[in-house]
Amino acid sequence: MTSAIDQPLGFWRSYVFSQDHKVVGIQYALTALVFLLIGFTLVMIMRWQLAHPGLPVPVVGAWLGARAPQGIILPEFYNALTAMHGTIMVFLGIVPLAVGGFGNYLVPLQIGAPDMAFPKLNLASYWWYLAGGVLMIASFFLPGGAPQSGWTSYPPLAIINQGGQTWWLAGMLCLVTSSLLGSVNFITTIVQLRTAGLTFSRLPFFVWSQLVTSFLLLLAFPPLEGAAIFQLMDRLAGTSFFLPSGLVVSGRVLHNAGGGNPLLWQHLFWFLAHPEVYVLILPAMGIVAEIIAANTRKPLFGYRALVHSSLAIGFMSLIVWAHHMFITGMGTTMSSFFQTTTILISIPSVVILTCLFLSLWGASIRFTTPMLFALAFLPMFGIGGLTGLPLGLAPTGLHLHDTYYVVAHFHYIVAPGTIFALFAGLYHWFPKVTGRRMNDALGWLHFWGTFVCMNLIFMPMFFQGLAGMNRRLYDGGLQYALDKNVVGLHLLISRAAWVMGIFQLLFVVNFFWSAWRGRRAEENPWEATTLEWASASPPTRGNFASPPIAYRGPYEYSVPGAQLDFTPQFAQDEM
Amino acid sequence: MEIPYTIDRRTDTGLYNAQLGMWLFIASEVMLFGALFSGYALLRTGADAWPVGSRHLSVVLGSINTFVLIASSIVIGLAVRSLRRGQWRRGRRELAITCVLGLVFLAIKAYEYREHMLARELPSTDNFFAVYYTLTGLHALHVIGGLIVLAYLVGPGASMWRRQPVRFVHRAAGVSIYWQFVDLVWILVFVTVYLL
Repeated sequence: MTSAIDQPLGFWRSYVFSQDHKVVGIQYALTALVFLLIGFTLVMIMRWQLAHPGLPVPVVGAWLGARAPQGIILPEFYNALTAMHGTIMVFLGIVPLAVGGFGNYLVPLQIGAPDMAFPKLNLASYWWYLAGGVLMIASFFLPGGAPQSGWTSYPPLAIINQGGQTWWLAGMLCLVTSSLLGSVNFITTIVQLRTAGLTFSRLPFFVWSQLVTSFLLLLAFPPLEGAAIFQLMDRLAGTSFFLPSGLVVSGRVLHNAGGGNPLLWQHLFWFLAHPEVYVLILPAMGIVAEIIAANTRKPLFGYRALVHSSLAIGFMSLIVWAHHMFITGMGTTMSSFFQTTTILISIPSVVILTCLFLSLWGASIRFTTPMLFALAFLPMFGIGGLTGLPLGLAPTGLHLHDTYYVVAHFHYIVAPGTIFALFAGLYHWFPKVTGRRMNDALGWLHFWGTFVCMNLIFMPMFFQGLAGMNRRLYDGGLQYALDKNVVGLHLLISRAAWVMGIFQLLFVVNFFWSAWRGRRAEENPWEATTLEWASASPPTRGNFASPPIAYRGPYEYSVPGAQLDFTPQFAQDEM
Repeated sequence: MEIPYTIDRRTDTGLYNAQLGMWLFIASEVMLFGALFSGYALLRTGADAWPVGSRHLSVVLGSINTFVLIASSIVIGLAVRSLRRGQWRRGRRELAITCVLGLVFLAIKAYEYREHMLARELPSTDNFFAVYYTLTGLHALHVIGGLIVLAYLVGPGASMWRRQPVRFVHRAAGVSIYWQFVDLVWILVFVTVYLL
């Protein structure tokens, strides 16, 4: 990069094809928020079918066309909704927001760098992501409709399905490329571009979480790329990587070479998709840690334990994948190994959660809007994590497999868990990004509405799952006698989901109103200590007037003897 | 605005940015081909019968291609050495020779594909050919990718040598690491698919 800082760039290079990490971060964040809204809309339609099976969908039913004649959702369309909800939320919503959005915007600022190490790769990374997202969404408009084999795309179903599975795979290859470019960029940036004085032991925990996340994306995504290539070959070139011999489809024997192994896909898929769970949660933990430190006005409890635990999670997450496959008959030896590693990985997760809880001890807490979300993250992630233990143990996992219990468990981790952390981050860094504060009254309403609805949605699912309700039923379990005591909960869950949708409108209004009309924010509105608060709000191109120097660790709050209750990393003397 | 350590090495890490970035990219590629080879191993060990590669594939053409790629690896190594010594004309010529060897490799590969297709040996024939086409096809795509970058360095990208010679050497060294990796993958493909 040799372009002079004062040289003005045109509209296209400033806002569309920008190499500035801040613009790329905002592009990622806005696109991901739109995808999150799309994914949530799909599930709100789906919830209608579960609450009122066979009745026409109100409001949007007329727009669904042939997928829902007279507004009544067809089973194929219901399957497409579930598959695309999962895909969109994980691959197009949360990860791009947590890593592409927050990571891109904040990592260079928090390490005092002028930009990412490879700005052009950063630009390319966003456009690969957008291309992948558009390909996947476009599959809704294909003759066969969107993919119908779940976000996991298990063969043989995914291969014999007529729908847009090929587009899903092509989109996935774009997303893998995007995350490859991103993760190479993040790791290089964090290792190489730390400013003077910013040793690894002085890195904010958020940066550590992004570093571990990037390694997971770098090393775990390529096996899924390989698997996607195999599945594309199966669909397009007629190979049989995942198709066993003598497969019978609709009463007819399939004429393929055979000899393939459907379990191979599951191994390759979960080799990515389990680390992916930690890709979803680690940046969330990083965000929550920053917000807790700034709003408790004291140093994070156990910074070193947090860092070591996140590294341990990173390594361990690569050897737990087959706990998703206890029921496949891969054998008790395999199950024992993966159940052991799965129980072990809960230790560093608990260490992190405990450190964050203990950080609250004796603190003078500021109950700001971001802090509300960050505080709610702790018990919500706790519920999600602890209810995961029975799934990690093979004997109980076999019974709970594919019930609503599983849905409740992982949604407690990603919805009131990660998404709360992401909302917390949006409220917390909004003043830095826009130079204006978000409205606290709307934020307070948004928080409590979302918090109550989230629990009304996912808590009943534990009971449904424990009662044995299967999670893939088009009619929500009406046809089964064993579900009759819990099937009524669908109505409560669905209504809570729609009410939660209304509460999200408060956020949308707050977001856009505050961006233009909000109260102005100074450089460091939260009186926080990390380096991003040394830059202007919003930061100019190149981020800092001169490279900042880190004189101390990231969380020097309430230092004894100091005048103020915070001493930023960039302050030479105690304030 | 300048990105630090694009050209100079950072003293505490001893690296320049592109060097670290390239090794990280190679790590990711190892995982990609690692997954593909694992899939191959799983399918082969799970199969009732598996054809012996040397009976269905041309070991002669495969061997020639192995030698072509190893030769190109040596030449690109020489090119980086020449450029480090400031011998521009020689270095550029060696980069160009690497390109030519890559093209020879692809030409032989294309001939092999043609022979198999004429004999109706397609990816859908059996899993042996499915593995053969997928592994060699993906490898060939990697060769093509390397050739595009090499052609850029020899052609339109060559002007960087006059402006920022150190950075140009960094670029050539990066391509060289990648090219050695692609070569290594081919050797593994040759041994496990052609010979075993």
